[in-house]
Amino acid sequence: MTTLNSSVGAPQATILGIGTYRPSRVVPNDELVDAIDSSDEWIQQRSGIKERRFAGPDETVQMMSVAASRQALERAGLEPAQVDCVVVATVSHMMQTPAVATAIAHELGTDKAPAFDISAACAGFCHGLALGSDMVRGGSAKHVLVIGVERLTDITSLNDRGTAFIFADGAGAAVIGPSDEVGIGPVVWGSDGEQFDLIRQDEDWRDVLAQDKPQMPHLIMQGSAVFRWASFAMAKVAQQTLDKTGITVDDLDVFVPHQANMRITDAMARAMKLPDHVKIARDIAHQGNTSAASIPLALGRMIDDGQAKSGDIALVIAFGAGLAYAAQVVKVP
Amino acid sequence: MATTEEIRTDLADIVNEVAGVPADDVQLDKSFVDDLDVDSLSMVEVVVAAEEKFDVKIPDDEVKNLKTVGDAVAFIERSQNG
Repeated sequence: MTTLNSSVGAPQATILGIGTYRPSRVVPNDELVDAIDSSDEWIQQRSGIKERRFAGPDETVQMMSVAASRQALERAGLEPAQVDCVVVATVSHMMQTPAVATAIAHELGTDKAPAFDISAACAGFCHGLALGSDMVRGGSAKHVLVIGVERLTDITSLNDRGTAFIFADGAGAAVIGPSDEVGIGPVVWGSDGEQFDLIRQDEDWRDVLAQDKPQMPHLIMQGSAVFRWASFAMAKVAQQTLDKTGITVDDLDVFVPHQANMRITDAMARAMKLPDHVKIARDIAHQGNTSAASIPLALGRMIDDGQAKSGDIALVIAFGAGLAYAAQVVKVP
Repeated sequence: MATTEEIRTDLADIVNEVAGVPADDVQLDKSFVDDLDVDSLSMVEVVVAAEEKFDVKIPDDEVKNLKTVGDAVAFIERSQNG
């Protein structure tokens, strides 16, 4: 009888450090309003966005990811060579293959760590957290670097009234490692492919290239339907996540929803009946919606501002195109 | 069966809670957008709360037809009777 070895993981997994990269160019609403016949007031009222960051030519997906990762590793007290896996959540790396994760892993100086991209749009970072946590507990990696990064401006039409003022660029990274206590709770995740059309690239690449004057495809969104799903279906997912973790809203210190739209955040908070003491991430006001990068960027800002303290209990919930969603309760590093 | 006035009163409470509009202002002839300043996103919140309160389904396609409080009350009445 042949016996096979199995990998042995850590008892639990936790976030050891978070790093962020915000592109240098700040773009106020006034810069965008003419192309969409809108106003600063309208944009703020509809989205809570005052300004966002647009990446310059040098601020590539890879560059922003490496910068955020270096900060996360430094805060985790780890060297790049200690990273056993790199997971990159993005939809805006413009090379179909290879995965940008391998180039990031190399530039960081990991020891040829496994590296791959995942495509779960705005929900990508929380999918990555789930994978990373399970890898650490399952023994396939000791330290996992999870990156959420986007250059959504490459696939946004500044003439699209529904999305031009929403989407932006940036990167956030988290290092996940072993722990004796639960630092990343059970994930509640899923998809609703029946609503595949609500947020998507407008055209298939082959259809784009079949045109006489091909134009870069861009993101389109059915705002009201997305708002309904995100605000209410996701509030129920948030509650399921708390239930699965064995806590209630009263135990939360911090709420970090995907920074989709401030109105969604507010509607979710109302639907969840969040108590007043829970601090709510509102990074979108200055950063826009950065899809997979939004949760680490938002949590990073709360840590830097002292709103979120080490050991605080945070609910992170990400949702978007697919429709795909994932949520966990985590301890703030 | 709830009367028109009972539905209006309950709907007024919802509009008040979602959009901060005084409940007394939510009368049948009032337009959500023009008179009550309830924008499309707040309208979605009102609709979802109304679905739960009145146990009816209000599809996204139908929402744009609900211009006045009276339109919404009539839709809810029809749905409950149907």
